[in-house]
Amino acid sequence: MTSATVQSEQTMTTAKADSQSAGLAPTAANAAELPKETLLKWLYDMQLIREFENRTMQAYQQAKIGGFCHIYTGQEACAVGTIGCVNHDDPVITAYRDHGHALARGMTPEACMAEMFGRITGCAKGKGGSMHMFDRKNWLFGGHGIVSAQTPMGAGFAFATKYEHEVLGKTLQGTEAKKKVTLCYMGDGALDQGAFHEAQNIAALWGLPVIYILENNGYSMGTAIHRHTANAENLTDRAKGYGMLTKKIDGLDIMNIYNEFKPIVDQCREESRPAFIDLKTYRYQGHSMSDPQKYRTKEEVDQYKDKDSIAKLVSDLMDKGWLSEDNWKDMQKDIREIVREAIDAAEAAPVPEDDELFTDVYANPEKNLSPTATYSHGTKNPLM
Amino acid sequence: MTTLPMIETEIHPAVDNPALPDFVSESELPSRDGDRVIQFREALREAMSEEMRKDKRVFLLGEEVAQYSGAYKVSQGMLEEFGEERIIDTPISENGFAGMAISAAMMGLRPIVEFMSWSFSFVAADPILNNAPKMLYMSGGQFGCPIVFRGNDGAGGQLASTHSWCVEALYANVPGLKMAIPSNPYDAKGLLKTAINDPDPVFFLESERMLGDKAHVPEEEYYIPFGRARLAREGDAITLVSFGRPVNFCLEAAEKLSAEGIEVDVLDMRTIRPLDIDSVIERVKVTNKVLVVDQSWPFASIASEVVTQICERCFDWLDAPPQRLNTEDVPTPYAKGLEYNYLPNPDRIYAAVKAMVNA
Repeated sequence: MTSATVQSEQTMTTAKADSQSAGLAPTAANAAELPKETLLKWLYDMQLIREFENRTMQAYQQAKIGGFCHIYTGQEACAVGTIGCVNHDDPVITAYRDHGHALARGMTPEACMAEMFGRITGCAKGKGGSMHMFDRKNWLFGGHGIVSAQTPMGAGFAFATKYEHEVLGKTLQGTEAKKKVTLCYMGDGALDQGAFHEAQNIAALWGLPVIYILENNGYSMGTAIHRHTANAENLTDRAKGYGMLTKKIDGLDIMNIYNEFKPIVDQCREESRPAFIDLKTYRYQGHSMSDPQKYRTKEEVDQYKDKDSIAKLVSDLMDKGWLSEDNWKDMQKDIREIVREAIDAAEAAPVPEDDELFTDVYANPEKNLSPTATYSHGTKNPLM
Repeated sequence: MTTLPMIETEIHPAVDNPALPDFVSESELPSRDGDRVIQFREALREAMSEEMRKDKRVFLLGEEVAQYSGAYKVSQGMLEEFGEERIIDTPISENGFAGMAISAAMMGLRPIVEFMSWSFSFVAADPILNNAPKMLYMSGGQFGCPIVFRGNDGAGGQLASTHSWCVEALYANVPGLKMAIPSNPYDAKGLLKTAINDPDPVFFLESERMLGDKAHVPEEEYYIPFGRARLAREGDAITLVSFGRPVNFCLEAAEKLSAEGIEVDVLDMRTIRPLDIDSVIERVKVTNKVLVVDQSWPFASIASEVVTQICERCFDWLDAPPQRLNTEDVPTPYAKGLEYNYLPNPDRIYAAVKAMVNA
């Protein structure tokens, strides 16, 4: 390849990426044309996450939940909006602020809450906790605790779906292979890990259909983004460097997320290529439950609360005449009830039996794997 | 030592394909004697190729495995047979491609990840230690991780400190993974075929210094079950317990000792997790003395673990304190003579046995 061709290819890639930024995607999406049921379901899911997280905080303060616990309030539109753009059997993986993604993917509030309560009915039978929400039925591959560890893994699911398509000619479950997209969520702290750069390079090099969704809440734990990453205002430039599709999207307005994000999903799926989305959002709570938040002002938090994504969607739906004050009150009431029931069920559920300590360590628990432990198969979680 | 107990073949419901190979007893395995002599690297290649022909979910990825034919020619010719979709050259990004392969395994594929050297696996420590072995547990039994990580372990030839790592003691510490360390071409093939079919993550440790070793490897297909040691040489004076390359050092020392009328056991463990401690105990009850020869550093090593288990389980059968012979407790030197002295070489084994037998 001559240097001239290299250069012209680079220009083309840049142009493609730029056309994305300019909103010139090949397919258009318009949330305003979606059916009423879809938008009401989004509102329901977002409010479910809000209520669930508020009750999670209470339970944590009552010491019913242990360990690290990262609250998702403020970011609800991100999970619900982006998951609303993919199919149920598209793989999803996220970091440790994962309750929102689990609920948006369809995990029951009971399985999610019971996991945090350390009960056998939790999604991981009480072995994972807040940071490790897994749901095989709903194609959710975790909840991962190490910052950016999920980013190479996101590429791996995309690799597997491409492999199903190109090598196996069918899915691993034996059904007809189809083009899939993997969603890989990350916080802005994950931008700075080498793993993410390796993952982007591999994904772009091999044309893997994975979308890295940066839920950019402006803080890597307590370090503001301009203090932890270079050129923070132009993060999409990095993705362009890898020849990836990329776009900066306002993550506080779910209708906007759909309009901007859906065409990228379609394009990544169709063209088998990766993308990076800088989804601007804000978290209302601290990094984790133990964060005194000395690094930001109450005014800043309030400023974002004025742009609350749930309030925005409620107002949009009311403008359309699809939601009345009474409908909204009823929905909130129903959700309060559902979350209360989830908490009651989690509280009433049994803790894991002592011998669960030694199950699910090996899929083939042979003899002499340990000098002290005897391993066996775990029971299947009835809720999952 | 000749018959093996039944292998437990019931697989966790999280794993899609529960079929494990049909294991037979050691005596039913094809003969180790014959004239189909191939190199260790060819045995590894045969194991991978046979499994790849049978199962399209199996693929190989790593640095230089495809167009370059493998940095150590293990995968030579595999690109031509299986194509670039299944023999995959990666960038030098161990963290990236190991993490990627782990999630492909969670989906149900069967990746074989080649580390050019296990010394390079440390930059992938997070995925291989924090994800692969813990996935089944962390997900409450929902996602398994059927993956093989393989590559060269231990001192090569004068590669000095950073390229000569023995990772067995460090990695075997982690529950959830399995570890196989073959010492010869025959076992390498049979163990690698088992590793590829095992539903758990398997760390498969080879040695650059052994890849050219030659031995008879039968034409017919066979699988060597994990957790079954092999008595490579039988004696009465002492039991030498070892695994991987140092097994050959033990056999060399045993020859020299035999010339002096000292007959020793050499027990090749073949896998570290599971560890066939039952066979160790069986032989200790015969010889009443044991020396564990291990090419990792002594502090908290595999040898320390084996000695501990011997003390716990057959202390009363010992006529002398169980001993270990490890790599010397220093970083790996470059100079040839220093590197030789650093390893648990045949001369050191010979001297250690003489001291124990004469005590």
